[in-house]
Amino acid sequence: MPDLLHDLFFDYTLRTVALGAAILGIVSGTLGSYAVLRRQSLLGDAISHAALPGIALAFLLTGSKAPLVLVLGAAVAGWLGTLLVMGVVRSTRVKFDSALGIILSVFFGIGLVLLTFIQKREDATQAGLDKFLFGQAATILAQDVVTMAALGGVALLLMLLFWKELKLLSFDPEFGSTLGFPIRALDILLTTLLVIAIVVGLQMVGVVLMSALVVAPAVAARQWTDRLGLMIALAGGFGALAGVSGAVISSTAARLPTGPLIVLCASALVLISLCFAPNRGIVWHALRQRRNRRRLHVEGEVIP
Amino acid sequence: MLATTTATAHPITVRDLTVAYHDRAVLWDVDLDVPRGVLMAIVGPNGAGKTTLIKAILGLVPVVAGQVRIEGKPLAEVRRRVAYVPQRGSVDWDFPTSVLDVVMMGRYGALGWIRRPGHRERQAALDALEQVGMRDFAGRQISQLSGGQQQRVFLARALVQDAAIYLMDEPFQGVDATTERTIVGLLRDLRSAGKTVVVVHHDLQTVPEYFDWVTLLNVRKIASGPVEEVFTPELLRRTYGGHIAFLGQPDQDGTVAAVAGGEE
Repeated sequence: MPDLLHDLFFDYTLRTVALGAAILGIVSGTLGSYAVLRRQSLLGDAISHAALPGIALAFLLTGSKAPLVLVLGAAVAGWLGTLLVMGVVRSTRVKFDSALGIILSVFFGIGLVLLTFIQKREDATQAGLDKFLFGQAATILAQDVVTMAALGGVALLLMLLFWKELKLLSFDPEFGSTLGFPIRALDILLTTLLVIAIVVGLQMVGVVLMSALVVAPAVAARQWTDRLGLMIALAGGFGALAGVSGAVISSTAARLPTGPLIVLCASALVLISLCFAPNRGIVWHALRQRRNRRRLHVEGEVIP
Repeated sequence: MLATTTATAHPITVRDLTVAYHDRAVLWDVDLDVPRGVLMAIVGPNGAGKTTLIKAILGLVPVVAGQVRIEGKPLAEVRRRVAYVPQRGSVDWDFPTSVLDVVMMGRYGALGWIRRPGHRERQAALDALEQVGMRDFAGRQISQLSGGQQQRVFLARALVQDAAIYLMDEPFQGVDATTERTIVGLLRDLRSAGKTVVVVHHDLQTVPEYFDWVTLLNVRKIASGPVEEVFTPELLRRTYGGHIAFLGQPDQDGTVAAVAGGEE
């Protein structure tokens, strides 16, 4: 254990990976809270899957594998995919979940086709794009972490700036609209922030598992508090905790994948929260029920 | 045609309003003038377009044709003059926030972008909660409220808007007796203060007691005017298409107590 802690601060690779995982956990946990509260948990899944063809196209168009270029491609594609979902829901009778399913698989399918095409090309310098499928934390560099921090920081700043407007959008959008706030524009703003949160994590966790980091920290945090600010802060904290724990655990043995371990850590936090959180937790519920039953039982004996 | 902006313009003027959801007309060619200072009920059978009418007045649903004017102007120019109380079932009451926080949302429009609510907004919200008898619940998490309390929180949120025109969607739906009395008192206070109040209402029996103006709606506007003139068996029968039972005889001023068939 002391060795692990020592490595966390002094081993370059582990330190970089842990820092990146922490940033990704904070950003996705924080912004994922809105998706969970708005019952759009699966939006993250659509965004991350829709990002894949963007990564491939960005590489095909520029020939560059610079993270910033690929992340930009991912962001544009993820954003377009989400706008398409919103557009389909608004202009047809197709429901949100169906629209999500369609767009997600179409974009992901195109992404896989493009990836295969890139891999079969003569110039075999391409290898490595498939790391975006399941993530490859070990390849992350200090400059990637700086990129992640900058993007995530901007997203979090915007969220804090528009705190009141986003709360209104999440709780009662129609009422917000009667107050004169452009609800559709706010919806697009929030979705854009979520897109940023997701592309920040793609390189580490991959498109397939990324949505878990959007949903899990927020669901865990919701169990512990009834205040929006606290919930969002907690979700960020849980995300960071899951990120760092996943990175550290994966460093303890060879060939343990970081991304999936981060997701498992986040899931463990959900499980713990669902069981032990006061008020909402299962254990707490059971204890209260037993206490009530015993009290009723006693009173029942006193009153014949 | 529409009167242009004058001091005497009606609080709400609706002309030729048609709204459709997927080919089906929900409102058809509705004309409506709501005079200043009335307490007006909108009644009609389920699916008559009552909610759609106030949502169209608020610009919340796309209209196929027609025009809405608030005090003679487009809504966008006079938004601060209008407050809205949606059906309480329209939001998630498990949202992590407090009663005070929800009520302060009524001030968000006046605050504008980015500025956060401060001491003044807090005080306004507490005063409004006092008015609806919920002062002690200010710090309460909203998921702990009963249906009637939820409704009163929504009313308080509209009160802090300090508007001239209040549009309420089924504020009496499924509330307890205490809340019903509170709301009736509140509606009368608003009228005494010179506000115009429009309420989507379900319970025909209480219309003559609670309101002084009524609009009968069934996709088309059947009639609109003072309760004593409009709330008659003949017009009600036309609104509800015969599915209606009358309790007792019409009283002296011609109004009736009636129960619509097929209502929940």
